Amino acid sequence: MESLDPVTLARIQFAANISFHILFPTISIAMGWVLLYFKTRFDRSGDAAWLDAYGFWVKIFALTFALGVVSGITMSFQFGTNWPGYMQHVGNVAGPLLAYEVLTAFFLEATFLGVMLFGRSRVSNRVHTLATFLVAFGTTVSAFWIIALNSWMQTPAGVSVVGGKVHVVSWLAVIFNPSMPYRLTHMLLASGLTVAFLVAGVSAYRWLRGDRVASVNAALKTGVTLAAVLIPLQILVGDAHGLNTFHHQPAKLAAIEGVWHTERGAPLQLFALPDEATQSNRYALGIPKLASLIITHSSDGEIRGLNEFAGAHPPVAKVFWSFRVMVAVGMAMLLASWLTAWQLRRRGEPAPWQARLLVAMTFSGWLATLAGWYVTEIGRQPWLVTGILRTADAASSVGGGMILSTLLMYLALYVVLLASYVSVVFYLARKAGKPLAANLEGVTA
Amino acid sequence: MTAELVLPVIFAGLMAISLLAYVILDGYDLGVGVLLPLGSDEQRDTMIASIGPFWDANETWLVLGVGLLLVAFPMAHGIILGELYLPVALMLLGLILRGVAFDFRVKAQAHHQPAWNAAFAAGSLLAAVSQGVMLGRYLTGFAPGAAAWGFALLAGIGLTAGYVLLGAGWLIMKTEGELQQRAVRWAQRALLGTGLAVLLVSIATPLASARIAAKWFALPDFLLLLPLPLASLALFVLLAISLPRLAARQAAGNDNFCWLPFAATVGIVLLSFWGLAYSVFPEIVIGRLDIWQAASDAEALRVILAGAIVVLPCIAGYTVFAYRVFRGKARGLSYS
Ligand code: HEM
Repeated sequence: MESLDPVTLARIQFAANISFHILFPTISIAMGWVLLYFKTRFDRSGDAAWLDAYGFWVKIFALTFALGVVSGITMSFQFGTNWPGYMQHVGNVAGPLLAYEVLTAFFLEATFLGVMLFGRSRVSNRVHTLATFLVAFGTTVSAFWIIALNSWMQTPAGVSVVGGKVHVVSWLAVIFNPSMPYRLTHMLLASGLTVAFLVAGVSAYRWLRGDRVASVNAALKTGVTLAAVLIPLQILVGDAHGLNTFHHQPAKLAAIEGVWHTERGAPLQLFALPDEATQSNRYALGIPKLASLIITHSSDGEIRGLNEFAGAHPPVAKVFWSFRVMVAVGMAMLLASWLTAWQLRRRGEPAPWQARLLVAMTFSGWLATLAGWYVTEIGRQPWLVTGILRTADAASSVGGGMILSTLLMYLALYVVLLASYVSVVFYLARKAGKPLAANLEGVTA
Repeated sequence: MTAELVLPVIFAGLMAISLLAYVILDGYDLGVGVLLPLGSDEQRDTMIASIGPFWDANETWLVLGVGLLLVAFPMAHGIILGELYLPVALMLLGLILRGVAFDFRVKAQAHHQPAWNAAFAAGSLLAAVSQGVMLGRYLTGFAPGAAAWGFALLAGIGLTAGYVLLGAGWLIMKTEGELQQRAVRWAQRALLGTGLAVLLVSIATPLASARIAAKWFALPDFLLLLPLPLASLALFVLLAISLPRLAARQAAGNDNFCWLPFAATVGIVLLSFWGLAYSVFPEIVIGRLDIWQAASDAEALRVILAGAIVVLPCIAGYTVFAYRVFRGKARGLSYS
């Protein structure tokens, strides 16, 4: 197995860990705000349905948060073991940003989580709402720092490079580097959408099972409305994000669009099998000139092709297809959320097929988010920090056998945990409906 | 004195404080986890309730400690964690299992709950032993050979015993009735184990590391260090005497000074930690790197320090707040 050299294994292991990790913060970031919304609605109206919704979703939040914490601890150990060259070359940027994330965000969210989850009977309602706010705020601050660092790795700015080592010239320029505003917004919206579909999907599941209490309807409406509002924003932001990529990471964009040779009036490929060997797309099915139109705002605009980045462009097919998965899910989200929102407005309840669609899309946000991150991260290759540090120069050489065995251990663990998580989410949904069913039986008996 | 000289010392200090906070805070909740199988069903819920609001934040100290190692001493982070690859992986496995079991054990389907309880206890045990092994490996400078690994194993058992003592002390403080009685008995046994382990580790450490031996037994260090073992011994004796008395008082319905076992154990941890830190300083990878060789550029350290000075007092403040919110005896955990 020559392809499984230690560096490749280290990358697979890192990718597995970080892919698993990102699933949970993606939920907890926006879920914190949704819980704050439920809580404030209750505080304002006194309507118990909102408190019920809070009570149900806070359980899932707690579970999600725990998974995020423990998988995050793994990350803190792996930075140095898998990528020793990383800190050596860019530690002056990465060190402070990572430290600020731990200091300003991790402690805040973890400490007030205890008060938020278990302190309702021990502190005043005000303080409890404040704790809920601080948890939501903490998750968002944490996203801010880590996205700043990731974006800096994509589009570095504000540093001078001396002997392969970066030195910060301007922290403002480092933090608010060219792709950071787009990436932060796109990721926060991704989190919002993931939660919107999770809430809508689980509520639709309960609704389909006949559990149609006020809190389920309220959560369903919240989820669907949130999704319907956020998805057009996400598409707009994604479009702007792509333009930014075009300017700063043209090789990534060429891979996204499957443009092998610099071209004017490039088509938008709906389907193609990019082939590195022949430097061309097989079975391409595209809409003429549309890629140029979207990206350069002129049907005749020029898109630089992969040929201009020979030897320094990312693996094309992976980026190309990850992008299409993300966009396809985005389109499905648009359709599902608007149709259901329309129906909810008119009828006050979803059509059964819509409810089933929502159930099927419960975790669609995860799919789009992972696909999006693959576009971003694979699309940056062969660089770890664009133009400054190559991935290969940062990797370590811990023995392959050891990495392989721990990799298998992690993978097995992740499969079990993921299956448990999803099954428990639906189990909690079924259980929440139980007391109601029991009551009804009592009534009819 | 230049920044290049001072900053690494400050950061070594910050890192030491984070790791110390971690050992005490996650130490007690890992200890409670190891003890879990010994409680009855109902007691288990109380045991978990006593740590539920805190464990997330407790583990954050590990992230800070390791994070500081990464950002302030990146070379050492690579070497140390590369050498400790296997025990670290096992520790992470343990921490992951117990962290998720916290939630799964109450939320999952009823027939899965015993499995999650077992995962909680096994994960706690695995994490504790692995951390001790990591400490042992670290102290020998990652020396090869059966003797060095034997020492690491000894440290693994020793640290676990210490965590169990902390956990039992925590339970004595946070619970009442039969569970508290049991916790006193657990503490008595853990005290024996911890005492034995500390003794053995203290004897083996200078044998395992000639450098540390040279440090311990040279004058005037020897005299300066002497109070550490003496004070530890005094605390052990205090615990040995006070635990049976507490048990007697408790049986009579009065648990005054129920905080004493925990406080005394924290004292032992502080003393041991100080002794070890003193032995190792100023090296960071024993025999290979000192903190100045391993340190990041002063420009990065300065920026981090500025943030730490502002933020650490806030963290201390709201940590105290959270412990105050949940002061007193643990009640069943509930979201409402
Ligand atoms: C449908 C229209 C969408 C467009 C045009 C779009 C565009 C983009 C682009 C161009 C990137 C890569 C930017 C770069 O690396 O330089 C990206 C990344 C990403 N996308 Fe999308 N996206 C869309 C929908 C979605 C949806 C629905 C989600 C999730 C719910 C999502 C989540 C992400 C994430 C998490 C990333 C990685 C982080 C980042 O670089 O922003 N995207 N998207």
